[in-house]
Amino acid sequence: MSTVAETQIKLTPEHDARPGATVRSRLQDLLPKIVLAPSFAATIVFVYGFILWTIYLSFTNSKTFPSYDITGARAYQRLWRWTFESDPPSSWYTSITNMGIFGALYILICLALGLFLAILLDQKIRGEGVLRPIYLYPMALSFIVTGVAWKWFLDPGLGLEQTLHQWGWTSFHFDWIKNKDFVIYTVVIAGVWQASGFIMAMFLAGLRGIDGEIMKAAQIDGASTFQLYRRIVIPMLRPVFLSAFIVLAHLAIKSYDLVVALTSGGPGGSAWLPSNFMYEFTFKRNEMAVGSASAVIMLMTLTAIIVPYLYSELREKQR
Amino acid sequence: MLRKLLIGTALATSFAFSAHAADVKEVQMLHWWTSGGEAAALNVLKQDLAKEGYAWKDVPVAGGGGDAAMTALKAMVAAGNYPTASQMLGYTVLDYAAAGVMGDLTETAKKEGWDKSVPAALQKFSVYDGKWVAAPVNVHSVNWLWINKAVMDKIGGTEPKTFDDFIALLDKAKAAGVIPLALGGQNWQEATMFDSVVLSTGGPEFYKKAMNDLDEESLKSDTMKKSFDNLAKLVKYVDPNFSGRDWNLATAMVIKGDALVQVMGDWAKGEFHAAKKTPGTDFLCYRFPGTDGTVIYNSDMFGMFNVPEDRKAAQVALATATLSKSFQSAFNVVKGSVPARTDVPDTDFDACGKKGIADLKKANEGGTLFGSLAQGYGAPPAVANAYKDVVSKFVHGQIKTSDEAVTELVKAIEDAK
Repeated sequence: MSTVAETQIKLTPEHDARPGATVRSRLQDLLPKIVLAPSFAATIVFVYGFILWTIYLSFTNSKTFPSYDITGARAYQRLWRWTFESDPPSSWYTSITNMGIFGALYILICLALGLFLAILLDQKIRGEGVLRPIYLYPMALSFIVTGVAWKWFLDPGLGLEQTLHQWGWTSFHFDWIKNKDFVIYTVVIAGVWQASGFIMAMFLAGLRGIDGEIMKAAQIDGASTFQLYRRIVIPMLRPVFLSAFIVLAHLAIKSYDLVVALTSGGPGGSAWLPSNFMYEFTFKRNEMAVGSASAVIMLMTLTAIIVPYLYSELREKQR
Repeated sequence: MLRKLLIGTALATSFAFSAHAADVKEVQMLHWWTSGGEAAALNVLKQDLAKEGYAWKDVPVAGGGGDAAMTALKAMVAAGNYPTASQMLGYTVLDYAAAGVMGDLTETAKKEGWDKSVPAALQKFSVYDGKWVAAPVNVHSVNWLWINKAVMDKIGGTEPKTFDDFIALLDKAKAAGVIPLALGGQNWQEATMFDSVVLSTGGPEFYKKAMNDLDEESLKSDTMKKSFDNLAKLVKYVDPNFSGRDWNLATAMVIKGDALVQVMGDWAKGEFHAAKKTPGTDFLCYRFPGTDGTVIYNSDMFGMFNVPEDRKAAQVALATATLSKSFQSAFNVVKGSVPARTDVPDTDFDACGKKGIADLKKANEGGTLFGSLAQGYGAPPAVANAYKDVVSKFVHGQIKTSDEAVTELVKAIEDAK
């Protein structure tokens, strides 16, 4: 296209340069849109299109295959009833309570640990170049690898407990991964191990971005190290908290594979997260409507948490 | 205008096809038998087809397992791109048949006499609306005990004939310091064992009513409660580390002599074979105590899709080869299961296989061949999984008493129907 435009310019250089110029500038205006169009269309169809389709399916009576007759909110009614069945716990109740425990602990511990490690690494220590990738490396592993490695490590007959018994500490007892009440905490452990290094790297980048002059000024004013971090550094890291929170929140919601690899669902399904529930019902139990309804609820929950947070953070910036 | 053009093209293409009139000499097969003995067993079928001039083409499945294959199949069928055949289990065949995408092999079935040789209980899944839609490959049965003979001799045990005998035997093993019962604490393994417990506690009639007909009275009966109590008794004999263990690791415990017995389907025999053990001298196979004469089965099937005319000949060849006596014998000797037709000679099978074949024949004739609920042959997947949930929650303590278990079972099954 651009060659055509150029030849036109060459053909009519002195008479009228404007049409060619318009084509060219129009093209230049359009170029970003043309380049973005395929990915834009793909996002519209494959993300938002399928979100709408999932919502639609959740109101049908789809079983093995999608069915297109709207039959009402029966799937939601069932989920609603299951939400309150705590003794014995229904699979949905287990999934959502696990999501609460896992999500809260995973995000909080990752943020705290990541910040702590970043501050330690930021003390201009020797060998930072070696230490940083060591912490960051777990993020390069897939959830499946993390899950399997921790499954072996935490298995009482195979990993930590067995090893300590062989070393002579026979009273040591750690069987959380086999315990229906504690198995979800092993998922937290493995998840934190994997993600905290990455969060550390994000905080480290944030710390490096803080102007040294401010720190010096505070020190001259007599601020202790603790005060310095508490009052100045951490508040200035606020945008990093936002990014880290969003990264962690979506990692938490989609930790399906970690649960499967680490616990294969846990004893009696006690380690399920809503994502496991969704997959299990849609593809294994042929209850596509219920699976879709649970997916919609997951989306709404995530929206309800992230949108107000994003809104308040971004509005703050504009002020 | 466009429409005319399309019709024209379609006509031209179909004309071109009929003008060629050559059949496609290829079977496209979706399956997840990709490793070890199963792949070797399937090679026999490939060679049989090659002799008739049909090439074999695997439909690739990312991820390998059965779940991934079923997801792939769903996508292929939704796109209208049917494979010649796909490995399928139980109600999946009927689901697809109800969706109207399965082929019709009734002619071949008549010619080959499948109606008479394939057990009636299996035909429930391979025949839909009077039409043959699938070719059963094998019959597995789940009510088996697999016992390490060396351990059995050491503790001086004999074949348990009743549930109480079985408990006494487990006690002996416990006293001798062996893990009495090898179990993997995954819901399908627990439920598979519970299938046998229900059959043993309530007898064949009760099993059929509760686990196949889902009769509510039976499900909440005292017999069902007693079944759960019996399950609780058995679970006392597993090691504390059982939760989440894979079934083949549990089998390995029996092979190595760490544990006395495993309750598992006859695919466990494949593990014993792989470890070069022979039945009778290294390990023993008994029916679960109190279930002799009855067979709880599940079966692998090749579902046959409604492929275009030019690929039908290849499909018929595949189906015929699958149910040929020679393949049924060769395949099932390796797989550990028994042939899906009752007129296959048992000469090549080991002692356990011979017993399995005889039992199947007897159960078929006596009307005591029932689908395994845990393996998805008793009820559709939604119900089967609800059942597995309840059994697993009972084993792991979320459900505390057998009373509660029965109430939950009725509720869960009602929910899933």
